[in-house]
Order: sequence, then C-alpha cells, then structure tokens
Amino acid sequence: MSRVLVGVKRVIDYAVKIRVKPDHSGVVTDGVKHSMNPFCEIAVEEAVKLKEKKFIKEVVAVSCGPTQVTETIRTALAMGCDRGIHVEVSGKDYEAMGPLQISKIFAALAKKEEASLVILGKQAIDDDCNQTGQMTAALLDWPQGTFASEVTIDGEKVKVVREIDGGLETIKISMPAVLTADLRLNTPRYATLPNIMKAKKKKIANMKPADLGVDEPPTRLAGVKVETVDDLVAKLKANGTI
Amino acid sequence: MLQRWLSFWKFLPSPQRNSGALSGTIGFLANSLTLIHLPGPNPLIAQFGWVDSSRKTLGLCVSGCRSLSSLAELPEMHQMMRQTCRDYADRELGPIAGKLDKEHLFPAQQVRELGAMGVMAVEVPEALGGAGMDYLAYSLAVEEISRGCGSTGCVVSVNNSLYIGPILKFGTQKQKEQWITPFTTGEKVGCFALSEPGNGSDAGAASTLARQEGEEWVLNGTKAWITNSWDASATVIFATTDKSLKHKGISAFLVPMPHPGLSLGKKEDKLGIRATSTANLILEDCKIPLGNMLGSRGSGFKIAMQTLDSGRIGIASQALGIAQAALDCAADYAHKRTAFGAPIGKLQAVQFKLADMAVAVESARLLTWKAAMLKDAKKPFTKEAAMAKLAASEAATFCGHQSIQVLGGMGYVTDMPAERHYRDARITEIYEGTSEIQRLVIAGQLLKEYAS
Repeated sequence: MSRVLVGVKRVIDYAVKIRVKPDHSGVVTDGVKHSMNPFCEIAVEEAVKLKEKKFIKEVVAVSCGPTQVTETIRTALAMGCDRGIHVEVSGKDYEAMGPLQISKIFAALAKKEEASLVILGKQAIDDDCNQTGQMTAALLDWPQGTFASEVTIDGEKVKVVREIDGGLETIKISMPAVLTADLRLNTPRYATLPNIMKAKKKKIANMKPADLGVDEPPTRLAGVKVETVDDLVAKLKANGTI
Repeated sequence: MLQRWLSFWKFLPSPQRNSGALSGTIGFLANSLTLIHLPGPNPLIAQFGWVDSSRKTLGLCVSGCRSLSSLAELPEMHQMMRQTCRDYADRELGPIAGKLDKEHLFPAQQVRELGAMGVMAVEVPEALGGAGMDYLAYSLAVEEISRGCGSTGCVVSVNNSLYIGPILKFGTQKQKEQWITPFTTGEKVGCFALSEPGNGSDAGAASTLARQEGEEWVLNGTKAWITNSWDASATVIFATTDKSLKHKGISAFLVPMPHPGLSLGKKEDKLGIRATSTANLILEDCKIPLGNMLGSRGSGFKIAMQTLDSGRIGIASQALGIAQAALDCAADYAHKRTAFGAPIGKLQAVQFKLADMAVAVESARLLTWKAAMLKDAKKPFTKEAAMAKLAASEAATFCGHQSIQVLGGMGYVTDMPAERHYRDARITEIYEGTSEIQRLVIAGQLLKEYAS
C-alpha cells in the first residue's frame, strides 16, 4: 500500500457571482477568483489522513490544465501531499477537455505511478459532471467506491460507506480502487503556515497528455435540431446509433 | 548616479521570482527621495522599483481579487498564506464576530485553531514551535484575521508582537523554551504590562517597583489597560528597579498567570474589541525567581520601546483589516441598495466616499508593508512603523465612520457590521502609542535626518 493519486481541479471559487460572457460563449473567467474544487479539497484531506494513519506512504496531487493550475497543486501540497504532477493542457484544448479525457490521463498516471488508490472529488462545481471517477475506474477495470462518506482501510480491502438516494450503502472493495469523495467524508484542514513554507520545496513534475499516450480531445461536432420525435428516431436509425 | 531598478512584473506567480540573490539592488520607493540599499536577497523590495507614479504597476491584481492591494504581486508563499488566513477569517470568524462582540466572549476555540495553523507565533523559529516566517507574513496574517474579527486580530497581535516579541529578542534560550514554546499553540496567550493608572504615554515614569529579596524579585504596583489580562497565562511586566536612574532604572520581568501576589482588576466595559479582556494587573508582594528578569537590569525601557516599534506594525495591520472590512461592507451595500431609481453606487456622493476610503486603506497598507519589509531586512524602521500605525489607525476610523454613512440607517444598527467596525477601529488610534505620540516619533526621526 504505497501511493495514492489525488485529483484536484481548479475551478471558479464557490463564493464568486458567475457572469456570462457578452457573446454568450461561456462564463467570464479572466480576473475571476479561482480556487480548488471543494470536493477535491475533501479528497486531498482524506488522502492526507490515510497517510497520517500510516496506511499509505505517499500522496501525489495531480491536476490537468494551463499554468495556473500549479497554484491549486501547491495548495494541495500545503495541505500535506508529498509531490505534484501538472499535466499541461492549455488554450482551446483545455476548453474542449472533458471527463473522458481526464479519465484517460488519470488511468495512464495511475498505472505509471503504480497507485493503490485514486481519490477524486465526486464532481466539480463548475460542470457538475460526476463522471471522471467512474470513467477512470472503468478504464482501469478497478473497483469504484463513489459518493464516499466514510472510508476505512481493512487489510487489502477498502470499506466504503456510500451516500446513495435511498440512504447509506456499505461496500467492501479490493485495492487498487477508485474512490470519489462526498461532502460528509471529512472537514478539510486549513493549510498551516509551516506547511505552506514546506510546500515551496516540494516538487511538481510537468508533463503533457501525449507523454501518457492520451490523444488530443476530439473537436466537438455541432448537434442537429429536429422537429418531431419520429424525425429523431429516423435520424438515430440512419446514423446507426439504434 | 542613481540606478533605477525597474522590476516590472511578469504577472503570473512563478517560484523563480523568489529565488536569486538581488545583491546591491537599489529600489525606489514611492516618489520620495528615500533610498533603500539592499545588501542581501529581498525579492519583495526589488519589486518596488517603478517609474514615477506609474499607474500601470498599481493596476496589477493578485489572483483577480478586486479588493486586494497591488503594488506588485507578493511572493507565492505570502499569497498562499494570505489566502489561507482570509479563508479562515471568512468561514470561521466572520459568522461569529457579531456574537463575540455582543456577548464579550473570548474566542478560545478560534485562538486554538489559529495556533494550530501557526498564526499565534508567525515569526518564532520552527525549533521553538512557531511558523518561522517573516514580519511581512505576520502583517498579512493579522490583517486578514482582523478583517474577520477585530478582537481576534488584537489577540493575535498582542500574543505575537507584545508578548513573544520581546522574549524572542531579549530572552535567554532557556527563557525562550519556557515562555515562548507553550504559547505558540494557541492553548495559552500572553500579555504585555507597561501602562499604569498614573502613566500611559509617559512610560518612563513607571511607579511599579521591584526590589530584590534574596533569590527573588518582589513586585508591587498596579498596571492598567492590560489587553488579554483575564485570558493570559503569562505576562511581560515592567517595573522600576532603581528609581534614581529614572527611565534607565526600569527592568522587564516574566510573570506566570495566575500567580500568588498577582490579581486582576475588573474587566473594563469597552466601546470596541469587546471580545478581548482589558483589566488592571495588581501586584502585591508578587514574588518571582531571579531568573525571570528579561534582558539586563535597567534595560526595561529600551525593551519596551523596541517592542512597541514592532508592535506598531501589528496594530497597523489590525487597523488595516478593520478598515478593509468597513470598505468591503460599504462597497457591497453600494451595489445592492437602490435609491433614486438606481444602486447608490451610481451616485457621485457615494463614489467619492468609497474612493477616499480605498485610497486611505491602500496608502496605509503600503506604509505597513514597507515598515514590515524594512524590519525583515534588518534596517531601521522606527519612523516607517510609526507612520504605518498613524496612517492605518486614522484610515480605520475614517473608513469606519464613512462606512456607517454609506449604509445610512442600516449602518447604525447591529444587524450590519458597520457599527462594530466603527467601534473596533477607535482603539487603534490609542493603544500601543497614541496618534500624538506617533507624530512625535515621526518628527523626531525626521528632524534627525535633516540635522546638520
């Protein structure tokens, strides 16, 4: 049980009032305060807690995006992660990037780093996709414990209490596994001043998706509007989807 | 010939900025003729070189946060530290500040949490249990904490500057371990006892006496206006050991609290910073071991003055935090409140007020940062610290006053924090050196510079 990969995403801060761009192409991000996704904070806290309890030896914080995401990685380092990995994706590629792309990157990294656990936030507060954790597990063919509100390591297995629609579900999965953190998993710590100083010395490795064998995200094709349900069915039959 | 060092910013935070020695950098600060020669690496001072009144540098914004001061970007570590303290203040202090004020509650839980973060001992080396950061980091921390709650900022400042400060500077290694390390965690706080009922500004006339009896000092007298008194576990106290030597006959002592012979007067019912306790310290044949003298005999006045010099930067930071909170409150209200068919922020009368408040805060902030950086560079900083405290405390009272004015009737009631900022700000012009004393200090230093 050596290494845990934690994914952190840089998102617009939850307290900021979101404004739409005048050309309606997206939301205003320039000059707007960004911070770590709250669910990612919970994921980092859980990983650091596991390290403090000596279940794991090393916590690696990973983020995908332009140069600015290194701030987020540094925050994770200040919370107690040992080192960081910055997968550089910028400009148009970054805007086109979605959970599938990220999952491929994480899957490749999990294999490369020989991680026993990949802990992610359940969803990001900007897109609310709730897909990356699940897709990563599928690509790796690893068990997944999503919406975790309690995580206990029991030998080679992980006991996860999941918050589901009907209540709480307890599952036992074997490692390596993917976990996604839900709100009540823990309360993230504030970085202490000495840790902020130590974070400066910790390493952040830099790489590109291509280094991990992950392709550029495909350009998103425009959709087609149809008038009636019959038209929709006909179109779907025509292009072979059904 | 004067060499201008323009270190304009590459605006993204990058670790490389902080490395690299900048020996022999000469930077211009403001438009004054003050020249600061830096022999050692101080990346932050290099950042201060700029062309006369260039608005470009002032337009830089740290992390896109519109209310942050911008001279240049602070080093990444300071930014992170500032953000952490800001998050803590917003989430943990802001919601309870009104309650702490109304019920006069000491924020014990929050002080412990701040201790765990290292905020109660920012400048103390890690070996003694502190955060091991510089004075600029401390100034930023106090400002952000005070923005959340002025009283908590006061507790942090008194513990760091007034209690730990003199022991760190003048104490023996044994004294440091005994009197500093337990006070870094937030479990215990300290206080500073200089003022007496008979003398405040007139600190040289201390009438508290200390006489030696065998292996002990015996202290007698009363100290007044002692912040943290009811919550402190130790105090740095000043008493006269040789009356004939006047102010050179004052010595500093370390007294644990509680202690036989030391009792506390009633808690003062204050206008502001009500979550802190302020009371008299009454010494009646209070006996302490000889080893409890801080520094050498007769050096008490010097210790007090040097401690207050640094303490001024802490109080300036507290005043800045309160001023900023008042400005935030007013600016936010100006967006939301409508009158005459539009948000009141559209009215020039309100805009002028907000502009004046912002200028007052920014200029005081720059003075405070400069004083902190001079101290970190081990340069003389007495004049700048006095200027910072004067500017910041007057900015705080100004902003508190104008903030209520912008809020109108809402500013007068306890539902909005404007009235609390107004009350909290007022003390910053009085304690740790009244504004009048600051002016004397500044004038004294200034005239010395011009003396032929």
